[in-house]
Amino acid sequence: MKLWEIAHSRTGDKGNISNISLIAYKPEDYEMLKEKVTAEKVKEHFAGMVKGDVVRYELPNIQALNFVMYDALGGGVTRSLSVDMHGKGLSSYLLDMEI
Amino acid sequence: MKTIRIGSGAGYAGDRLEPSLELIEKGNLDYISYECLAERTIAIGQQAKLKDPDKGYNGLLEHRMEKALPLCWEKKVKLITNMGSANPQAAAKKCVEIARKHGLTGMKIACVTGDDMLPVIDKYMDTQVWETKEPLSKLPGEIVSANAYMGVEGILKALDAGADVVITGRVADPAIFMAPVIHEFGWALDDWDKLGKGTMMGHLLECGGQVTGGYFAEPGKKDVPGLGHLGFPIVEISEDGSFFVTKVPGAGGMVTKETCSEQIVYEIHDPENYLTPDVTADFKNVKFTEIEKDKVKVEGATGKPNTDTLKCSIGYKDCYIGDGEISYGGPGCLERAKLALDVLKERLELVAAGQFDEMKYDLIGCNSLYWNPDYRYNEPSEVRVRVAGRAKTKAVADLIPNEVEALYTNGPAGGCGAVKRTREIVSVASILVDRNDVKPEVEVFEV
Repeated sequence: MKLWEIAHSRTGDKGNISNISLIAYKPEDYEMLKEKVTAEKVKEHFAGMVKGDVVRYELPNIQALNFVMYDALGGGVTRSLSVDMHGKGLSSYLLDMEI
Repeated sequence: MKTIRIGSGAGYAGDRLEPSLELIEKGNLDYISYECLAERTIAIGQQAKLKDPDKGYNGLLEHRMEKALPLCWEKKVKLITNMGSANPQAAAKKCVEIARKHGLTGMKIACVTGDDMLPVIDKYMDTQVWETKEPLSKLPGEIVSANAYMGVEGILKALDAGADVVITGRVADPAIFMAPVIHEFGWALDDWDKLGKGTMMGHLLECGGQVTGGYFAEPGKKDVPGLGHLGFPIVEISEDGSFFVTKVPGAGGMVTKETCSEQIVYEIHDPENYLTPDVTADFKNVKFTEIEKDKVKVEGATGKPNTDTLKCSIGYKDCYIGDGEISYGGPGCLERAKLALDVLKERLELVAAGQFDEMKYDLIGCNSLYWNPDYRYNEPSEVRVRVAGRAKTKAVADLIPNEVEALYTNGPAGGCGAVKRTREIVSVASILVDRNDVKPEVEVFEV
């Protein structure tokens, strides 16, 4: 199953740091997300894109996880060579992850 | 209990104007705030100001104010914005000119300055830059701007002086929404719990349509009604800091738990420690309740004391980026596109070996967004070759787009739609500065 089926997501950027939310549509799926979508799994999923650490935070009342990914944006929006300088498309890539 | 209503007039520098006019007209607002300043915008504004001392503010200021000022005056809505960018004073004077033209006699227009740290930047040359971990003096290019993130203080002074319009440069985004709340309710500036709530309110409003269904739609899974005429958000907040998010009835979009959830996590790191100049906000236990259609009650934020330092963004002349694109379509297009990349690699090596600091070779449609080489690499019906590279001079950066364009007559068959450009890059680095070095100042002009 892809995360896309049970969760939604949005990416934000600050400098060279990307943060991606992962929000369960249904409260009952939140525990599964917490168990399956660890910071290590996300770091592995973004291999080749995210060069630094991935840290996970929890917002339990809204069934949301927040992944903060360091050294993730090719130097950040001002100097990235990427088509997607903000990394805004990274949320869609997270939702492509199989669990 | 007294309540006030605040609208979000813009979520970024180039945002749509019509939703903000709809809000002023029909939103029963007390205040409207336009957030228009991204990280690098002010550095570019500073360069414009150097060329012309009357410029350096948001390029859409006149376009927006021509419509918004008369409407705000008529509806008794006060307007706050960071559209002043690198030159709040010139922006305020321009607004006075517009207000005079429309006969808005008596309107008070204030500018807030004090964020410009360029005059004292020399004292920070040994300060460590976040991004490079090196002292500021080691930045590779000339510093063109330095702006500290101010909090609510300057805006409060302006509102206390009776301003109807407040124009700032760099302030923290939530501050332009929270300042009127503090002004109206007389919240203490060390009431961390309330400032945490006010910051959450500002954070939900600061990206405009991103909380009313913009940047949210996923057909079949997250459908948004009336996205074409998407409306912007309104918050109604009480003295105790409780509030709900809503929109004008009939405006497109929607306000739901889900739209609020996506926006509250947007661009935050540790939800328990969201650092702003005014407060260290704690969003961890935020809770949303849909009290009626398109009306979401927000609870659970709090706050802790603010820090002794302020973030300061440094704009500096970094490099040049040249990029070029060309498309291939039909049977075999992927192989022709790959050949084009091989040819470009060989030619750029030939004309400028060792002169590029960094290169990126993309096949748009296959691998430009995600760098994983295994990512679904099927034969597309068309593919666009893109090459981008960084160089120290424009002349070297120009070689990249020129070689891409030359594929027309020197590359694989069927190349089409080539475009090329070279940009001078002003990058942004960040340092922390002493809060005591940043002194907001206010000037009020009467129409």
